[in-house]
Amino acid sequence: MEDTPDFGSPTATDPFTPQARHLVVVSGGLGDPSSSLMLANRMATAAADHLSAEGIVPEIHVVELRLLATEIAEATVNPSRSATLQAALDQVEQADGIVTVSPTFKASYSGLFKAFWDLVDNDALRGVPVLLGATGGTPRHSLMIDSAMRPLFSYLRSKVLSSSVFAASDDWGEVTGGQESARTTPLQHRIDAAGEDLASVVGRLPARPRRATGEAKPLEVISFDQLLRGN
Amino acid sequence: MQFGIFTIGDITTDPTNGTTPTEHQRIKDTVRIAKHAEQAGFDVFATGQHHNPPFVAPGNPPTLLAFLAAQTEKLILSTATTLITTMDPVRLAEDYSYLQHLADGRVDLTMGRGNTGPVYPWFGKDIRQGIPLAVENYHLLYRLWHEENIDWQGSFRTPLQDFTLTPQPLDGVAPFVWHGSIRSAEIAEQAAYYGDGFFHNNIFWNKEHIIQMVQLYRQRYEYYGHGQAHQAYVSLGGQAFMAKNSQDAVKQFRPYFDNAPVYGHGPSLEQFTRMTPLTVGSPQQVIERTLEFRDWVGDYQRQMFLMDHAGLPTDVVLEQLDLLGEEVLPVLRKEFAALKPADVPEAPSHEFLVERARRGEAPVPGGKEGSQAWQDAQERAAQAAASSADAAPSTSTKEN
Repeated sequence: MEDTPDFGSPTATDPFTPQARHLVVVSGGLGDPSSSLMLANRMATAAADHLSAEGIVPEIHVVELRLLATEIAEATVNPSRSATLQAALDQVEQADGIVTVSPTFKASYSGLFKAFWDLVDNDALRGVPVLLGATGGTPRHSLMIDSAMRPLFSYLRSKVLSSSVFAASDDWGEVTGGQESARTTPLQHRIDAAGEDLASVVGRLPARPRRATGEAKPLEVISFDQLLRGN
Repeated sequence: MQFGIFTIGDITTDPTNGTTPTEHQRIKDTVRIAKHAEQAGFDVFATGQHHNPPFVAPGNPPTLLAFLAAQTEKLILSTATTLITTMDPVRLAEDYSYLQHLADGRVDLTMGRGNTGPVYPWFGKDIRQGIPLAVENYHLLYRLWHEENIDWQGSFRTPLQDFTLTPQPLDGVAPFVWHGSIRSAEIAEQAAYYGDGFFHNNIFWNKEHIIQMVQLYRQRYEYYGHGQAHQAYVSLGGQAFMAKNSQDAVKQFRPYFDNAPVYGHGPSLEQFTRMTPLTVGSPQQVIERTLEFRDWVGDYQRQMFLMDHAGLPTDVVLEQLDLLGEEVLPVLRKEFAALKPADVPEAPSHEFLVERARRGEAPVPGGKEGSQAWQDAQERAAQAAASSADAAPSTSTKEN
């Protein structure tokens, strides 16, 4: 399809690298450039580096929700999905690991972020490692990850990692002259640690089966004898 | 190949002039539309079943269909859909049998589950039980139409003892049943199990869904030994708005599209026509698009069009039926007939079903002797017998 973007590796797991693991980055950042996207990419890169160190080939696919904003809105009022949106959902639903980051809006994730995850199949992320991240104006928002994001992914029964990364505006620069008590571990250290945690979980799980691009999710046949049981 | 129209009886304000038909007007217009469809050359009229505004499709479709049976000659009267979940199967068996007699066999029906959560509890049911309800209720309905003196017990209605349906189906043959589903593989499986037809109302859906569901149904139809996969009975939905010149069609239809409760305020008309079977353009475009459905699902038996909706004035709907009847259907009939291999059956008529039953060739639910399903069932039974013999000494401690 002419308007399907390339989210990275086009088809099934490369037969020469059966150890490949597909990490899907979902960024709810709304700006361009976006600090949420930057954080998400850094987290995924950290995880990829740790996977590589263990001899596992990482494949990173990036889904930027801002580019899909109109299509996500349309999909919420209509069952049809554009090819671009479907390609993004297919990536997410086949991921070996997910890194997802939202900006903090009004004490929660952004509406666009929620609207996207609402479109994901309820069972698709079952048992899938998910690393959470968020950005915000000040460190005072940092519990948003635990109060808002974590319940969403618990609902989806994903393996939400305990570690997560919150990046406030200050974290992007070195705060000099600040009080000692206000300082946190530098952002890149926290990103590395979180990436390592994700890599260690993803690396221990077998690679999930992947479909060729554009191939629909296989339908599960439940034998009718089983459905009829009791009649 | 049969062509038909189906309606959901929506009462929608015409966005171009703000007028809203009364319920009475909409009901009478539905009759006009159905009768006009017959004159325009359609084979089938199907009505939805509805229990909530803004729809006036009948809560019990046989009331409308019996009225139409009295005023039409050849039109097959059908449903899209009959709610197998919330209706009592005993009443369905009775009402549609009776209708079949009145209409001299010009009746078939499409089973659906209904997707409006609040409707279920009005009838004492729960939408979360949608699939189990469809399975149990249809199984009972099937038995009521095929057996006498039934003893029956299930989870969703009071038991029956020594129950015999009255009236019995016309000529002892049940109306043909299609099972409609958009996403539930269980329903495609159900249709295949009984050797019934499968209806995919694809009007809002991407073609990948349609292809996958029909493929599953066809494979399982063959598995149950009712025929080969390409011989299974498939019906599709579709929708179109036409003018001689495609730009005029787009111009005239756009306000209706933009404001329609089902798809307005979402993707644009252009996007929607790209993603779904909706065709807004010239009759030639409708012909091309409909022939494309055959590329997706193989040779199929019935094509239904949604024509009266979104507040379109009835006169416009009648004009659209004429356009379809004059410019589209004759071409499609010819093209589909030329492409169809001889061993693919037509949509079943009452006469065909009577003849099939007389020859002893009616489908056997779950697969007749010799079918793959039958062989697998024999094998499973043998394994179960063997393993229960093995496990016999310790069964008392191994119950689970």
